[in-house]
Amino acid sequence: MANKILVFIEQRNGQIKKSSLEAARAAYDLSTKLSANVEAVTVGNEIDGLDKVGSYGVGKATHFKNGELESYSPSGYAELVAKFANENSFDILFFGNTSMGKDLAPRVAVKIDAGLAMDCVALNYEGNNIIATRPVYAGKALIDVKINSSKKIFTLRPNVFNPGAPSENKAEIAVMNVDSPNLSVKVTDIKKADGKLDVAEADIIVSGGRGLKGPENFHLVEELAEVLGAASGASRAAVDAGWRPHAEQVGQTGKTVSPTLYIALGISGAIQHLAGMRSSKYIVAINKDKDAPIFQVADYGIAGDLFEIVPALIEEIKKIKS
Amino acid sequence: MKIAVCVNHVPDTAAKINIGSDGKSIDLNGVTFVVNPYDEFAIEEALKTKEKFGGETVAISLGGDANKETLRKSLAMGIDNAVLLKDSNYRDSLSAAKALAEEIKAQGAELVFFGKQSVDYDNSVVGQLTAELLGYNCVSVVVSFVLDGNKIICEREIEGGKEVVETTLPAIVTAQKGLNEPRYASLKGIMAAKKKEIAEKKPADANNYVEVISMKKPPAKQAGRILGTDASAVPELVQLLRNEAKVI
Ligand SMILES: Cc1cc2nc3c(=O)[nH]c(=O)nc-3n(C[C@H](O)[C@H](O)[C@H](O)COP(=O)(O)OP(=O)(O)OC[C@H]3O[C@@H](n4cnc5c(N)ncnc54)[C@H](O)[C@@H]3O)c2cc1C
Ligand SMILES: Nc1ncnc2c1ncn2[C@@H]1O[C@H](COP(=O)(O)O)[C@@H](O)[C@H]1O
Repeated sequence: MANKILVFIEQRNGQIKKSSLEAARAAYDLSTKLSANVEAVTVGNEIDGLDKVGSYGVGKATHFKNGELESYSPSGYAELVAKFANENSFDILFFGNTSMGKDLAPRVAVKIDAGLAMDCVALNYEGNNIIATRPVYAGKALIDVKINSSKKIFTLRPNVFNPGAPSENKAEIAVMNVDSPNLSVKVTDIKKADGKLDVAEADIIVSGGRGLKGPENFHLVEELAEVLGAASGASRAAVDAGWRPHAEQVGQTGKTVSPTLYIALGISGAIQHLAGMRSSKYIVAINKDKDAPIFQVADYGIAGDLFEIVPALIEEIKKIKS
Repeated sequence: MKIAVCVNHVPDTAAKINIGSDGKSIDLNGVTFVVNPYDEFAIEEALKTKEKFGGETVAISLGGDANKETLRKSLAMGIDNAVLLKDSNYRDSLSAAKALAEEIKAQGAELVFFGKQSVDYDNSVVGQLTAELLGYNCVSVVVSFVLDGNKIICEREIEGGKEVVETTLPAIVTAQKGLNEPRYASLKGIMAAKKKEIAEKKPADANNYVEVISMKKPPAKQAGRILGTDASAVPELVQLLRNEAKVI
């Protein structure tokens, strides 16, 4: 029997997440090897430009629609996605490994009786098997896993799979109005962290550590982040000291990130911090201790005083950008 | 009310990880194990909930005899009873959840705290899987928890903010850092824990869907270049970021 692949498209405020487009493309790439069909499913109210998933290889997108499903509801979303997958015999499902994807994928897995590979960073097709590679021990090791159940779910780490250039194709859209969604678990409000870019989603991150000496100096981190269009992050030392909110913590007990560029300011590079950011494409470290372990993973470093270097860096980037 | 907490026993986050001789798991030599850090928040929330509303608390851990250490620590912090689901074989998340769900049902626990993630395999799914198997409501990655009669109001962390989530018992809540400050075990607690019995049960055999084929170290990152020791290195850094890394 031919495989059928389903990609869950995540929307927040009616906007499709980039990680879902990455998942769509990865699903499409796999489908060409399996000669499978790829469809998408999404849940929400009004959604902007859903047909663009077609540009990433999806033929058809089904949209379960209801005003009360605009915000995530674990119970409501899981029920709809699982029922759709079961009724249409999808056997391979993809999700982005986002806070929604991590919550939703396991619920769907139980409802459709699928094995789960979370937070995949590579997918290969070898001898009729899909081999997923995923980091464990906060990235200190990688495992290759194979799912032996007939139904399989993969969640993909954001920012790792290249969505590629969009084609001109548009997906066919089917809107299904939902009468009474299961809201036994219901989001009643969303508290935004003042519109800031989250480290888990950013392409560039500037992080500060204890070397910044106090919360009053974090404007250096924020200004550098601003000129780069980056998110600001922090080490646990900076978070535990109360200088920065926990949402900014990068590392084994914070967020694991894989941005294109990670800039560490006054961070020593403890094993738990490295675990969270070592898979970044490019790493820059500024630290006055030339023996700091952060330099062992940095592509470029300056072994000097951040209070002198960072202002110069901000100026230089401003110059080049104007 | 019966409150359960599921606790995992994992390598210390400071541990250096090397690959074991089977090529599929870590080399345990010299690795110390601890209570999974997120599970400490789960234990604390179970204790706080009992202090407020009364009831009985039980800690459940699935694994080998070594997991007793983590159960002992849970008891020392103030948990009333402990159960070891003894099986030291590999289990995928769903098989683990099935064993935990059986025991939660046997205990008749209506409210169960989990950690949001084990810092070994970093799956972040066992709480949600268990809830789904039991037909319980579930809120994951919780940073604030309020119980009011049958109703639960939580905040869960998402990208760039928090969702306020409402649900009802029976429920599973998975704890994120920030939920509370786990207490230290008192000397009295430690002494009392030593005398307590840890119940041992044998869970149903695993039926794993997910097979680990191999484990490897990530490609070593080449130490890069130190460009200088002061601001005079800044123009070169910016040039490299622009021309070599092409990131700005
Ligand atoms: C269970 C557990 C989990 C943990 N999880 C995490 C985690 O998720 N994330 C995390 O980050 N940590 C984590 N840690 C903590 C980790 O072990 C380190 O303590 C922490 O990362 C150190 O933060 P830091 O680099 O900011 O501080 P430090 O190690 O104190 O380093 C500060 C650095 O700043 C440099 N510096 C000082 N002044 C200047 C200056 N003027 N200019 C330039 N450089 C300067 C110093 O040379 C030093 O290298 C965890 C620890 C444990 C036990
Ligand atoms: N073997 C286990 N025994 C008890 N609880 C566990 C076990 N494995 C996972 N858990 C619980 O499930 C949570 C999430 O784990 P995971 O999905 O493995 O990241 C942990 O924080 C624990 O609360």
